[in-house]
Amino acid sequence: MFGLNRNDTLLLIFVAIITFAAPILMNPFPTESSLAQFNAGYPDLMQRFVIFGIFAIGFNILFGLTGYLSFGHAAFLGAGSYACVWMFKLFGYNVLPGIILSVIVAGILSVAIGYISLRRSGIYFSILTLAFAQMSFALAYSVLGQDMFGLQGGLTNGETGLQVYTSDPQIFHSEAAPNLPHLFGLPMRETWVWEYGAWSFQFNAGFYLCAIIMLVVFYMSIRIFRSPFGMMLRAIKTNQNRLNYTGVNTRPYALAAFVISGMYAGLAGGLLSAMDPLAGAERMQWTASGEVVLMTILGGAGTLIGPVLGAGLIKYFENIFSKINDAILEGWFAFLPETIGDAVVWVLHFFVGKGWHLTLGLMFMIVVIFLPGGLVGGLVQGAKRLFGGRRRKNAPPPSASPTSQAAE
Amino acid sequence: MAILQVRNVSKRFGGLQALNDVNLSVEAGTVHAIIGPNGAGKSTLLNCFVGRLIPDTGTVMFDGKSLLGIKPHQINQIGVSRVFQTPEIFGDLSLLENVMIPTFANRDGAFKVNWWKRADRESDVQEHAEAVLQEIGLYEKRHEIADAMSRGDKRRLEMAMCLSQDPKLLLLDEPTAGMSRADTNATIDLLKRLSETRGLTKVIIEHDMHVVFSLANYISVLAQGTVIAENTPELIKGDPRVKEAYLGTEAE
Repeated sequence: MFGLNRNDTLLLIFVAIITFAAPILMNPFPTESSLAQFNAGYPDLMQRFVIFGIFAIGFNILFGLTGYLSFGHAAFLGAGSYACVWMFKLFGYNVLPGIILSVIVAGILSVAIGYISLRRSGIYFSILTLAFAQMSFALAYSVLGQDMFGLQGGLTNGETGLQVYTSDPQIFHSEAAPNLPHLFGLPMRETWVWEYGAWSFQFNAGFYLCAIIMLVVFYMSIRIFRSPFGMMLRAIKTNQNRLNYTGVNTRPYALAAFVISGMYAGLAGGLLSAMDPLAGAERMQWTASGEVVLMTILGGAGTLIGPVLGAGLIKYFENIFSKINDAILEGWFAFLPETIGDAVVWVLHFFVGKGWHLTLGLMFMIVVIFLPGGLVGGLVQGAKRLFGGRRRKNAPPPSASPTSQAAE
Repeated sequence: MAILQVRNVSKRFGGLQALNDVNLSVEAGTVHAIIGPNGAGKSTLLNCFVGRLIPDTGTVMFDGKSLLGIKPHQINQIGVSRVFQTPEIFGDLSLLENVMIPTFANRDGAFKVNWWKRADRESDVQEHAEAVLQEIGLYEKRHEIADAMSRGDKRRLEMAMCLSQDPKLLLLDEPTAGMSRADTNATIDLLKRLSETRGLTKVIIEHDMHVVFSLANYISVLAQGTVIAENTPELIKGDPRVKEAYLGTEAE
C-alpha cells in the first residue's frame, strides 16, 4: 500500500494509530489520582512530541543515512520559527502560509550552510555547522534584533523574541477570523474535552494538524529510505571514497540530504510558531542542536521510527520528570520507615525536578554503551533473539549494522 | 588501437622524483601488466589515471579524452573502473546493494535525486546486479552483509561492482596482495575467465610474478620512476635490465 512494502505499510499504520489515539494513550491515569502528573496528554506537550518528532525525522535523513553529524540544525528550526511569525505579522493568523514560508526559508539557509560545511567531513563538518548555528544565533539575538530599515526591533526583535502586535499590518486579517493562529478559521487552541468517568481526554486542533503533517513527512522519509537516492546516501556513510570511484558525485547527494533535513527542521520551527506565535533566539542555540542529536541517537540513528521515539522520550522527561519535587517523592515513599524514606528521597531528589538532565544523561549513557543501535536497535535485536528460530537461513546475522535492516 | 596513452608523465613529491618521463600505451582488449620493485612508482602512476593525482608534466589520454584535471567520478563515468589494493566495498550494505549502486551510477549518471522510486522495484537494475553476482559466483550470498565476507569474497565482490558497469578499462591495483596461494590461484582463474568471456581491457599493477606471467599479454617494467623495458612476457623474462632492476631476487 502507498508504494511501500508490507512491513513499512504496517509501521506507518501503527504510527498513525498511536499518533491519533495519543490524547487517550498519553492520559492513562485518572485526573484526580496521585499519578496524574505522569499524564502527558495535554495539548501543549503532545504538540511538542510531534513537532520535535518531525525535527528528529529530518535530522535522521542526514545523520542516520549519510553519517554526517550536524551540530547546527537548530539554526533551521529558529529560521523557520521567525519566518512563520513574520507571515502572521504581515498577512494574518492563518498558519498555512507561515508553515510554507518556514520550509522555504530553512531550505535556502541550508543550501548556503550545507554548501560550505560539506567541503569537510567528520569532526570538521560538525564544527562548521556548529559555528554557523552559533553565528545565526548571534545574528538573531543581537545584530538583526536592533532597529533597522525603519523596523522597530529589526527582523528578530532581539532577546524579547518576535511576536505579533496589534499595530502589525496583517493585511488579510478580517474581523470574522480568530485573533490567534488558525487554519481557515479553526483556531489552533481549539480543544474538545471528553470526560469519561474519572478521566479527562483533550483533543486539540493544533495537535491534530501537527500529527497529520508528521505522518505525511514520516511517509516521505520512508520513501527516501527505500529509494535509490537513499541507497546512495547509505553508501556515503559506509564508504564515500568507493562511491566516488564508482562514478557517483557524492557532494550533491550529501547536500541534497542536508537541505531536506534542513527543510524538515524549518517545518518543525514553523509549527512551533503556529502553535504559539512567539519566536525567540534561544531556539537557535547550540543546546537545541544538541537535543536533536540526543533524540536521534537515543531512539536509534538510521532506523525509521527511532528518532520519533527519542524525541518523545526526551520531551516527556523534560516536561514530566522536571515537575516532580521532594514533596511528591515523600508522598510516594511515605510507606517506608522515616529514616529510610528520607534517605531514598534524598538520593532521588537529585534525579528529578531540576535534576532531570541527570536522569536523561544516565539513560543516554546506558543506551549508547549497551544498545549501540539505540532503543529501536535494541528492540530489534531482542526480538531476533526471541524469535531467532523463525528467521530465514540466509537472513543477515544479528550483528549486522542497523542501517541495512529493513523493517524498523 | 591504443585505448590508454601515457605521454611524458613526470611527478615529483618534494625531493623525490616519483615518475620520470613515463610513456605507455595500452592496446584495447589486452591485459597490460605494470611491474617493478617497491617504490618504482607503480601506484603513483595508477593514481594519475583515476584523478587522484595530477602529474607535473605530460598527458594521459583515454579513448581520445584527457584524464587529467577531471574528478574520479567523471573518470568512472567515461568507462574506467578501479579495483583497490585492499577491497573498497560498502561494508554495511548487502552484496546485492553493493552491486546495484554501481549499476545505478551507470544508468542514472553521477547525480540523480530519484527519492520517490523504490530501489527494490527497479527490476532492471536488480536483475543486472543479480546476473553479475551469478557470473562471479556470489549469487547465493546476495542478501548477506558485505563486511561479513571473507577477504577473497570481498575482492570478488569488488570485481563484480566494477564489472556491473561494463567498463572499457579495468584498473587492478595488486589484486592478489596479501592473499593465500589458493585465493591467488582462484583470482587468477577468475580474471582469466573474465578475459575470455568479456574481452575487457585491463591494466594490472602487480608484485607477484606468478600472477603477472599467468595473465598479462604485455608487460611494462617500471624502476625508479621510469619505464626500463616493455615487451611480451616471454621476452621480458629474459631481459637482463629487468633482472638487474629486481637485483635477481624476484625475477623468475
